Amino acid sequence: MNGRRQTTMLSRVADSLYWMSRYLERAEHTARLIDVDLQLRLDQSPEAGAGRWLRLLEVSEVPAPEDGKIDAASLTHVLTLDRTNPSSILSCVAAARENLRQVREQCSTEMWEQLNRLYLQVTSTTESEAWLLHSYVFFRAVREGAHLFQGVTDSTMSHGEGWQYIQLGRFVERTDELARLIGTHFGRLPHPLDQAVESEEYLEWVGLLKSCAAFEAYCKTYTAEIRPLRVAEFLLLNPEFPHSVRFSVDRIHAALVAIGELTERKAEQPVRLAGRLCATLSFSQIEEVMASGAGGYVDSVRWQCAQAHTAIQQVYFDYAVESALVS
Amino acid sequence: MSPPEPLTLFRPPFRNYQFDAAYDEMFASPGAPREHYKALFQTLLELPPEELRKTQQAADLSFLHQGITFTVYGNDEGTERVFPNDLLPRIIPHQEWRKIETGLTQRIAALNLFLEDIYHQGRILADGVVPRELVYSCRHFRREMRGLTVPRGIYVSICGTDLVRLPDGSFAVLEDNLRVPSGVSYMLANRKVLKKVFPTLFRDYGVSPVDHYAQALLATLRALAPASSSSRHEPKVVLLTPGVFNSAYFEHTFLAQQMGIELVEGRDLLVHDNIVYMRTTAGLRRVDVIYRRVDDDFLDPLCFRQDSSLGVPGLFNAYRAGNVVLANAIGTGVADDKALYAYVPAIIRYYLGEDPILANVQTYLLNDRSQRSYVLEHLEELVVKAVGESGGYGMLIGPHSTAAEREDFRRRIEAEPRNYIAQPTLSLSRAPCFLEGEVQARHVDLRPYILYGENVTLVPGGLTRVALRRGSLVVNSSQGGGSKDTWVLRA
Repeated sequence: MNGRRQTTMLSRVADSLYWMSRYLERAEHTARLIDVDLQLRLDQSPEAGAGRWLRLLEVSEVPAPEDGKIDAASLTHVLTLDRTNPSSILSCVAAARENLRQVREQCSTEMWEQLNRLYLQVTSTTESEAWLLHSYVFFRAVREGAHLFQGVTDSTMSHGEGWQYIQLGRFVERTDELARLIGTHFGRLPHPLDQAVESEEYLEWVGLLKSCAAFEAYCKTYTAEIRPLRVAEFLLLNPEFPHSVRFSVDRIHAALVAIGELTERKAEQPVRLAGRLCATLSFSQIEEVMASGAGGYVDSVRWQCAQAHTAIQQVYFDYAVESALVS
Repeated sequence: MSPPEPLTLFRPPFRNYQFDAAYDEMFASPGAPREHYKALFQTLLELPPEELRKTQQAADLSFLHQGITFTVYGNDEGTERVFPNDLLPRIIPHQEWRKIETGLTQRIAALNLFLEDIYHQGRILADGVVPRELVYSCRHFRREMRGLTVPRGIYVSICGTDLVRLPDGSFAVLEDNLRVPSGVSYMLANRKVLKKVFPTLFRDYGVSPVDHYAQALLATLRALAPASSSSRHEPKVVLLTPGVFNSAYFEHTFLAQQMGIELVEGRDLLVHDNIVYMRTTAGLRRVDVIYRRVDDDFLDPLCFRQDSSLGVPGLFNAYRAGNVVLANAIGTGVADDKALYAYVPAIIRYYLGEDPILANVQTYLLNDRSQRSYVLEHLEELVVKAVGESGGYGMLIGPHSTAAEREDFRRRIEAEPRNYIAQPTLSLSRAPCFLEGEVQARHVDLRPYILYGENVTLVPGGLTRVALRRGSLVVNSSQGGGSKDTWVLRA
């Protein structure tokens, strides 16, 4: 006996853990985006704010209003407490909880209680609290609730197969979010790549970094002088910062390798796809990436990530019974 | 002898404690607590009500945060609700428990023999002890089970029997729940809370533990594993749930977690060549024993209800082939039919040659002409129940009913007399509960949980359900009931 005992994991359970994690990551991300926006708005002209709102909607995949008029209050509503928008914070937290509720016996009691508490807090928040009175408190609570859940997960759940699906979900979602955010930003705000940005524009670039929780870490690496090329390098290729694309993809790969070993399905498609993406990112030079445009590069990252997602579904969650019976 | 002190002399928090004809669990007479309740009584007198109120709030919150909820059907606003927990324990002396234990052991043994008999030779029917038409007209009788042999001859391995205490202090069986009884998770959750609330009292009382229930359940399920499985590996046991929308979903997750077994839904299982597999991330895995919390009707759309999406196509054939075991077996509902209930004392005598240790409640069978006419004349005094329903649905409580409701039931009884039974309105015993900042008396029942695998096991305790509404006699969670911890004292 080596202390390890083979356990089985239902496909449905793995699927729920994966999606729970994706939803929670998305809720946290959206909360950070709006929070950053609300703070930037204080320092900016309304026109500059409106431009960022359009990007925010594009990133969140919410259709912009047809007349192009941005009403910050109603849009905050759409992104936070709107039950009809499946990617609002409330919908995401509710979906995360519903997924965990379906596999409660698989997670630790502490995890369930933490997520349930976050859910109760978000659902008991009224419109005026979220928007007018305590927006800062609300968005911070969502972020902290999500962080706390991660901490509780890491310290109370076995780091076995289930935990790996949680990692997988978080980083697949994060890769996609980061890629979308970077693509939209670089596409809409052209700026000479290797010059320091100033004044109004400076705030936008700081906003991008803060939206990735990356401002402080960026400053430590490159000082507070903001150059788009460095921002791109940091957010796309930094191997150590947890909200960079490269870091996220490395985690996806590591989780898939671990799952492959635990399920004795090592050479399957998901590992190979994630491995290829890892290699691409680790050998990329930022100058080359930007020369052909950030948009195309992040689109390719997103596409490969989506392929890995599909492969995960097909190999672990929703495989054909006939093929499984043969083996 | 001086008359009992008037109630007004009661000090807080007992100021509004009421008595009536019902047996009171705490007081032998007003102001005089029974021996085994004295310590609790004293604690309540000394504890500031504010303390108790705070504790109750903390307990409620902990239930909410743990998500210990149940689902109310036919209610639009939010489907999850916390099952109210009352802080004051219901205490049962050791001697009384011994009698309950032997009585229920006798009962489950007889009912299993009965099920084996009616699905095989049918001796009891041939001998005229139980009317043949009563069995065959039961909605839960499954022809498909005829001649099928189940492991160890055990049909009912998990049972939760509802007991009530009558005004004379004796326990009687009100209902046998032989299909998919629920509530055991609340027994365990209540205990966890009470240990936190009254640690000293709990220790001083010497309460029998219940925490090993999950382990006992797992041992029971393993004891049923098909012989074929032991040669391969240790038997794979799973719990089959209808899913997250089922009212007892919390319990399903809780038990699966406590036992360390997979919680599966119908869509996780599949049958190939009469073998049941579950779909895992590492491929298909064979399943040996299914603790199913899905009703017979929904188990297999190929065999029972075709519109069921909760079940597993082909499951019944795998079961028939002996490749998988279901607990409880299919078709056990015939033995907890409310009309058949009236025959249980006769069933016990027939198979065991013993007198029933626990009495039945008097029951009128409405397909008998003379009993029916008596019942129809006395609807106002009686309780009428639909034979196939549970959970407090489909019930008429005569003394609390309106003329229109009685008229409705009269018509229903006359249309389908076999579907109804009547019983006298029982005065369930009352126990102290902490409500509205003081101690009040409420009607309670008791549901102990019986396991039958290698032998019969009763975890000393059970779910004491409380009718929280003043004067109410209905304890079901779906009808405004709550529960409290049950302390069975050690010898």
